[in-house]
Amino acid sequence: MALNPEFVGRVYAADGSYVVGREKIREFATAIGDINPASHDVAAARELGYADLVAPPTFSVILALKASGVVVRDPDLGLDYTRVVHGEQRFSFTRPIVAGDELVVTTTIEAIRTMAGNDMITTRGDVTTLSGEPVVVTTALLVARGPEDAA
Amino acid sequence: MSARVAWADVEVGTELPSQTFTVLRSDLVRYAGASGDFNVIHWNERIATEVGLPNVIAHGMLTMAMAGRVVTDWVGDPGALLEYGVRFTRPVVVPDDDSGATLEVSAKVSAKGDDGTVQVTITATSEGATVLGKAQARVRLA
Repeated sequence: MALNPEFVGRVYAADGSYVVGREKIREFATAIGDINPASHDVAAARELGYADLVAPPTFSVILALKASGVVVRDPDLGLDYTRVVHGEQRFSFTRPIVAGDELVVTTTIEAIRTMAGNDMITTRGDVTTLSGEPVVVTTALLVARGPEDAA
Repeated sequence: MSARVAWADVEVGTELPSQTFTVLRSDLVRYAGASGDFNVIHWNERIATEVGLPNVIAHGMLTMAMAGRVVTDWVGDPGALLEYGVRFTRPVVVPDDDSGATLEVSAKVSAKGDDGTVQVTITATSEGATVLGKAQARVRLA
């Protein structure tokens, strides 16, 4: 099943903001086994020069997942989400996320293509503060594996 | 803001301390909760095998996060990372037992910028197979 190519270039405005909490940073850091004091201890984060706890680099996936979920489940796009695997992921940081940030994500469909029976879609999430200051850009390539006999 | 590794002390080929991670089913449940990624292939063996996977597989983003720790543990400051990208080439298969899967991560400096940054290339394997491709980070050093 081919994806609708007309979706390339579509931009999805942020659907509400995300307030980064200290406990969420601690919970996420613990889940990836990251014991860096800057993500757990406010005094340690301040010693490094940050205003508050520093999120591990991949933290923004929480926001990106929420934002891109709306996009990839759009029935008009035609993506079979049960067959989706994560192909590639990239983060470009302007600065790290810290506790207390209030962030929004604008999602753009950058590319859609079909290769060897697999549908591929590249989405970009621009994570900024409420006032538009860039924080991180997260880019994901999702692959919907075609039926076994199509590859 | 303050990496503890000095740019001047690093050259192309410098190896970062490698790390070995254990991934248990319980780690996948914990990561699902923390990240909000509740895709069933990361915790339900019946559905994972139904869609053609050998077993439950780890979230690619958990693998990426663990591999990234080799870089952030080295520089000390999680905010020193400027770029980090990977390709998920093979899943990390996590059996339902007490030893789980093993992820071995090594990394070395593959390029030096003249702006105080370095590029690090990461190698991540599980059961002898490479699970991340084109895994590279750019970091600002002290």
